[in-house]
Amino acid sequence: MPAILGLSGLAGLLLLVEVLPYTGVVSADFLPPTHRIAAALVDEVAEGAFWSALWDTLVAWAVGLAIAVAAGIAAGIVIGAVPLLRALTASTIEFLRPIPSVAMIPLAVLLYGTEIQSTLMLVVYASFWQVLIQVLYGVQDVDPVAEETARSYGLGAWARVRYVLWPTALPYVMTGVRLAAAVALVLAITAELVIGAPGLGSRIAVAQSSNAVPNMYALIAVTGLLGVGINLAARGVERLLLSWHQSVRGEVLV
Amino acid sequence: MLLDVRGLKKVYEGRQRPVEAIRDLTFGLDAGDLVCLVGPSGCGKTTLLKCMAGLLAPTEGEVRLRDKRITGPPPGMAVVFQEYGRSLFPWMSVRDNVELPLRNKGIARRQRQDLVAQALAVVGLADAHHAYPWQLSGGMQQRVAIARAVAYQPDVLLMDEPFAAVDAQTRADLEDLIRDLWRKLGVTILFVTHDIDEAVYLGQRVIILSSSPTVVREVLGVDLPERRDQLTTRSDSRFTELRAHVYAQIQAAKRESMEILATFGRAGSGKSSRSQSEAKSV
Repeated sequence: MPAILGLSGLAGLLLLVEVLPYTGVVSADFLPPTHRIAAALVDEVAEGAFWSALWDTLVAWAVGLAIAVAAGIAAGIVIGAVPLLRALTASTIEFLRPIPSVAMIPLAVLLYGTEIQSTLMLVVYASFWQVLIQVLYGVQDVDPVAEETARSYGLGAWARVRYVLWPTALPYVMTGVRLAAAVALVLAITAELVIGAPGLGSRIAVAQSSNAVPNMYALIAVTGLLGVGINLAARGVERLLLSWHQSVRGEVLV
Repeated sequence: MLLDVRGLKKVYEGRQRPVEAIRDLTFGLDAGDLVCLVGPSGCGKTTLLKCMAGLLAPTEGEVRLRDKRITGPPPGMAVVFQEYGRSLFPWMSVRDNVELPLRNKGIARRQRQDLVAQALAVVGLADAHHAYPWQLSGGMQQRVAIARAVAYQPDVLLMDEPFAAVDAQTRADLEDLIRDLWRKLGVTILFVTHDIDEAVYLGQRVIILSSSPTVVREVLGVDLPERRDQLTTRSDSRFTELRAHVYAQIQAAKRESMEILATFGRAGSGKSSRSQSEAKSV
C-alpha cells in the first residue's frame, strides 16, 4: 500500500511537469514537458559519451567513498580507543568538520586542476567526517559488561577490538557509510559541475550551456536515480550485516 | 588453598571523597569448594568479585590463585555475570559465544566443537547451537553463559548474583543445575548472592560479610546432606535454622552500620558507581 501511494505521488509529479508548460505558468524553454525530457533521456542513453560520464562519476564516488570509509574507520577506532587522543583531537574535529567541502574547490583546482583527483579530494573530505563521527560514537557504545566478559576470558586488546568493539561499532559504521554515500554523490556531481572534472556533472553543465534543456533535465533525473539506487544498496548491505541488531531484527517475543 | 584472599582492601577515589568499599577481607577456597558469599546490599560484593577476577586492582592486599598473585584476569578462572543479556554477544550465535574463549585459548577445532557440544548438553541446551542469545528466554540465556564458563574448563568459577534477574521457578532450576555441575565436574565455585535462602541451599560454606566498610563477619559451615533438592532441603528444620542464623547476622550487620552512621555522621558507606546489581531487600 505505501509503495502504491509513493508511486502514484511520483506519477503525479511527472504529470504536473507534463501539464505545467502548457498552462503558461512556466515557459517550456525552461521546463520542458515530461515527454520531451523522457525523449532526451532515451537519446542520452543511446550515446557512448553518456555512459563514460556516468562511469567517471561512479568511479569518483566509489573510490572517494572507499578512501573516506577506510580512513574514517581506522582513525575512529584509534582515536576512540585512546582517551588522550580523543581529548586532543575533539576540538580540531569540531572545527574541521563543519567546513563545507565546496569551500575547498579553489584548493582542489590549485592542486589537481580539472582531473578526477579534484573530485576525489572533495568527496573524501566531505564523507570522511560522516564516517569518523559515527565510529567515534560506536566505539563509546561498548557495553562495560561485554568488555569485562571478554577480559575475564583472557581476550587481549586485539581480540577485544575484533570480537567486541568492532561488532558494537558496526551499526554506527553502517549509518556513517550510508550518510557518507549520499554526501559523496552530492560532492562528486558538484565538483564535476563547478570544476569541470569529467562526469555527469560536467555533462549537465555542457547541456545547459548549449541550451539542450531537456537533456539537462534528463541528466538531473539520472543523478536522482543514482541517489535512490545508492541508498537502496546501502540499506540492503546494512540489513545483511546487522541481522542480529535490534534495529533490524525488531522485537523478538520469547 | 586454591584461591586465597588476603587483607583485601578497595578504596574508590570519588570526586568529593574516597569511598571505602572493602576494608579488610581474608578468606580462602580449597579445590572443590562451593562457597556462597552473602552480605547486606551495598557491601561491595561485586567489587570483591571483580578484584578476585583480576578486573579491578585492589588498593591493598592481594588475591592468589594457586599461590600466584592475580594482577589481571588469570587463565583458569571464569566469571558468570548477573547481566546475562549484556555478557553474551548478540552478534554471535549460542555456539559462537561458547566457542570464542576456547578459540582465544588456542584449542584445536575438533576439541573446541566437542567442548562446546558437551557444555551445551550439560546445561540442557543441546538443540540451541544455532540460535542467537536474544531468541532465548532469560533463564536459557544464563544457561548459555554458564555453558560458556563450563566449556572454558576453569579451576575456579566466580558467579556474581547470576540468578538475580530471573523468575523464581527458573531460579530454582538453575540452582539445581549449579549443584549438579559442581558434583559432576568438581569445579571450585564462589557464588555471590544477596539471597540468604539461595546461599544456604547451594553452599557447603557461607561467608557472611558485614556492611560497608566490609569485613568477613562469619564463615558458616552448612551441614546439610550432600544430596539437596528444592522440596525436602528447603523444608528441613536444619535449613530453616541456618537461614534464620544468616538472616540474623545480616540484620545485625545492618543495625551496627546504622549505629556507626548515627554516631559518626555520614561516613564510610558508599556504593561503587559501576555496580548497580545489588538488591534492595535482604
